[in-house]
Amino acid sequence: MTETRELICINCPLGCGLTVTLKDKEVVKVEGNTCPKGEAYGKKEVTDPTRIVTSTVRVSGGVLPVVSVKTASDIPKGKIMDCAEALKSVQVQAPVAAGDVVLENVCGTGVSVIATKNVSAA
Amino acid sequence: MYDVVIIGAGVTGSAVARELSRYQLKTLVLEREEDVCCGTSKANSAIVHAGFDAAPGSMKAVMNVRGSKKMKALSEELDFPYKQNGSLVLCFQESDIPKLEELRERGEKNGVEGLEIVTGKRIWEMEPNLSPDVKAMLYAPTGGIVCPFKLTIAMAENANVNGVEFSFDTCVEDIRAMEGGYRITTGKGVVETKCVVNAAGVYADVWNNKVSERKLSITPRKGEYCLLDKKAGDFVYHTVFQLPTKMGKGVLITPTVHGNLLVGPTAEDIEDKEGVNTTAQGLEKVASQARLSAGEVPLRMVITSFAGLRATEKGEDFILGEAPDAPGFFNAAGIESPGLSSAPAIGEYLAELIAEKLQAKKKENFISKREDIPCVAEASPEEIQALIAKDPAYGNVICRCETVTEGEIVNAIRRPLGARSLDGVKRRTRAGMGRCQAGFCSPRTMEILAREWKTSPLTLTKAGGDSRLLTGEK
Amino acid sequence: MKNTFDLIIVGGGPAGLAAGIQAKKAGVEDLLILERDHELGGILNQCIHNGFGLHTFKEELTGPEYAQRYIDQAMELEIPYKLNTMVLDIAREGNEKIVTIMNREDGLVFLRTKAVILAMGCRERPRGALNIPGYRPAGIYTAGTAQRLVNMEGYMPGREVVILGSGDIGLIMARRMTLEGAKVKVVAELMPYSGGLQRNIVQCLEDFHIPLKLSHTVVDIRGKERVTGITIAQVDENRKPIPGTEEFYSCDTLLLSCGLIPENELSGKLGARLSPVTSGPVVNESLETSVEGVFACGNVLHVHDLVDYVSEEAGRAGSHAAEYIRDWDKDRSRDNKENAVRIQTEGGIRYSVPQMIRPEHMEDTVTVRFRVGRVFQDVYVSVYRGEERILHKKRRKMAPGEMEQLVLKKSDLTAAGGLDKIVMKVEEA
Repeated sequence: MTETRELICINCPLGCGLTVTLKDKEVVKVEGNTCPKGEAYGKKEVTDPTRIVTSTVRVSGGVLPVVSVKTASDIPKGKIMDCAEALKSVQVQAPVAAGDVVLENVCGTGVSVIATKNVSAA
Repeated sequence: MYDVVIIGAGVTGSAVARELSRYQLKTLVLEREEDVCCGTSKANSAIVHAGFDAAPGSMKAVMNVRGSKKMKALSEELDFPYKQNGSLVLCFQESDIPKLEELRERGEKNGVEGLEIVTGKRIWEMEPNLSPDVKAMLYAPTGGIVCPFKLTIAMAENANVNGVEFSFDTCVEDIRAMEGGYRITTGKGVVETKCVVNAAGVYADVWNNKVSERKLSITPRKGEYCLLDKKAGDFVYHTVFQLPTKMGKGVLITPTVHGNLLVGPTAEDIEDKEGVNTTAQGLEKVASQARLSAGEVPLRMVITSFAGLRATEKGEDFILGEAPDAPGFFNAAGIESPGLSSAPAIGEYLAELIAEKLQAKKKENFISKREDIPCVAEASPEEIQALIAKDPAYGNVICRCETVTEGEIVNAIRRPLGARSLDGVKRRTRAGMGRCQAGFCSPRTMEILAREWKTSPLTLTKAGGDSRLLTGEK
Repeated sequence: MKNTFDLIIVGGGPAGLAAGIQAKKAGVEDLLILERDHELGGILNQCIHNGFGLHTFKEELTGPEYAQRYIDQAMELEIPYKLNTMVLDIAREGNEKIVTIMNREDGLVFLRTKAVILAMGCRERPRGALNIPGYRPAGIYTAGTAQRLVNMEGYMPGREVVILGSGDIGLIMARRMTLEGAKVKVVAELMPYSGGLQRNIVQCLEDFHIPLKLSHTVVDIRGKERVTGITIAQVDENRKPIPGTEEFYSCDTLLLSCGLIPENELSGKLGARLSPVTSGPVVNESLETSVEGVFACGNVLHVHDLVDYVSEEAGRAGSHAAEYIRDWDKDRSRDNKENAVRIQTEGGIRYSVPQMIRPEHMEDTVTVRFRVGRVFQDVYVSVYRGEERILHKKRRKMAPGEMEQLVLKKSDLTAAGGLDKIVMKVEEA
């Protein structure tokens, strides 16, 4: 069975409109992309969509009350809300440096959440 | 037991409080909101009317002219911005010129000085942006503009410094006559007093009708306004009215004392005494009416719009003085336009009546002067340097649009009857009053409010009550 | 404090930092960056989402990470800066400029400088400017203010949210509030197209099933103390609400993402000519405003979609300021503004930056950025030198929300014959 899916590539601000053709749930064709990243995105988005999640976590003893964080790599789209929920109870102690792991293996994804900013101690 | 309890800390209640504070009296002001100047006093045209409009002999006419004449001296004594910029009443048809004449005669009967009818080229020499359709205009050089917040706050602060108590967030629930006075039930308990001053704005009929058989009926008359950017502030120099109608003085265009341009109001009788919402139709009407006076009025420079309610009594005049069948119950009811202009006179008039009734003596240690918060935006470099030398917080700009510093905001919070909310800070310092309308400064002002009041930002409000700014920690 | 400089940069965000770095690299030693916040980085500090730096660093960074790359470079180059400092005024005195600053430590100080780079960024259009009718309760925030509260201060401005405007910050905040447990009920957009990037519609709205209603606006705000609900309605082609299409959403918060405006107060006070379209100063190919020696870059010049372009543009402003300072003693009387040729934009192009070009001053090429007034598909963007077409570029799609650019060659502009005007327009295929 052949089906097509219309997507918008989110890799860059160009926002290419992609047409992904699937045959028996296998991607056979990606059209409309301007670069290889678009093709990869098209394939992934219909089979195993993932996202980088960004948020903040509380900091104690720092010059700022919160520090911005991100997943070190993309995680399954279905886990975004769980990841956000998991970060709510995380609190780190200042000083924090960009790149510091604030939460390992978030929601069993095997991906760490890392700080994206330096927060020095108050 | 209090000598006097004043219901309402608007401009009228505050004026009465200030004048009463000259006497040896125990006075309390009850205010249902969290601050002074939260009702009609905060949302009006901010005009000190010359006084040609009201019918000769009416309380409006007497108080307006008297109040207007007091305003300059009062502004110096209490340090609030007031400017005599003169006002104009436009007439667009030759056939209406007799109505202008009538207005001038009325003004002269009321004691307004310097009235003059202007025709021909001089119209546009005085106001180049006026419509070419203007046929004649009445010029009233004594008309002025004032900051209604600062006027009210100044009088209330000064009353407080002279011993008048203020109880905010205190809603009156009932008033009953008792032996030698009145018992007032509020949301915060019962107070007893010899005299009451009913300065409750659109609710003044409710309290009068509890104790007097001479019933009052107040209809809120909504007025919608647009406030324009300071860049538009010099569009007109004078306050520009149109020939008045039964519903009021029509849509005016005026500079404000702070240099913005104010356009409005509409006039619509409504039921809801809390109905201070603007409407699409209302704002459109403001625009179309204003264009009659000056076609090029730059309405796209609007920075905010708002609506206020005039407390229109069915007799269309101020009701001032002791209710005939309720001794000790003094009304200041039906205070619609020109209420702001009249406030200083109403305050004095009622205070004298009450002092006489209670045989009160004047204080010897009355403090008549009050100093406003320093204004960095208007200060000279030397003055700014001196302020910062004394307190570095005057060097820390919080509101970028109006150049309001941390020092001014802290001052506004710490002074008598200090600001407790974002709007309280705004009315006292103008932080958040500029073209970005607090987008930039509100998180910073909130931080200062929380620090100064030693509270969590989660408890802070825009304007008291349930107007919480934040819903929780993230 | 020291009070004379060669170059003062107003703003320590992405534009100011990139301008400072480039100026210093081009030999300006005596410079100062002025920042009003308590840290460098500007608005990027609150833009904690990723998607920055794809052009510049070929990787996706979050706002704070992108800012840090520039902050690190500025530190390495030992570029002096002052935090918590507000610039109150910039004025001319002869060829020099007097910059009035204020802070806690130094008080009110007048600084004298040869050149100035304006890099103050932009501000959001508030509710008042939109003239939305209704009550004025708590709970109405611009998206950027909400972003600061959530991402910098750690507070939630609301729990149930309606967003007006589909600008990028609004879209980003729709996702951000959702991740923090708020319910975003709808995003209403006045125009028939989104104001933000397509990718943000996908990953900020569609990922979370947040409806986007195009050609809709807010017609009423309810709630006397805190917002209790918002009514939106569909609009007709004149952007007027259509009676009968009203829908009520109960909520406690209205976020506004209805456009950004260059922070043009200082530029205006200084007397720099402002463009009525961009609201920023009019500049020439060197990003110099109508006031000699005053340059502008980033969102104070015109609102960008991508910080990468801000950095690039700011770098050019830094180099040009350096040239200006190097030539300080030179006689400038001959490069007066008469030699500048205006770029006329028409046929769907709303504006260009720069707006003027002095062909003899330009480098081999100049990048011209522009925006279109409506959505175009399969068209050409053409540039004419007088009657002669010197550029003809195909565009598959152009939308008002997305900034476009093209590169003009000096050789094309300075070909034989006088140059009196350059015209840019959209042409049908």
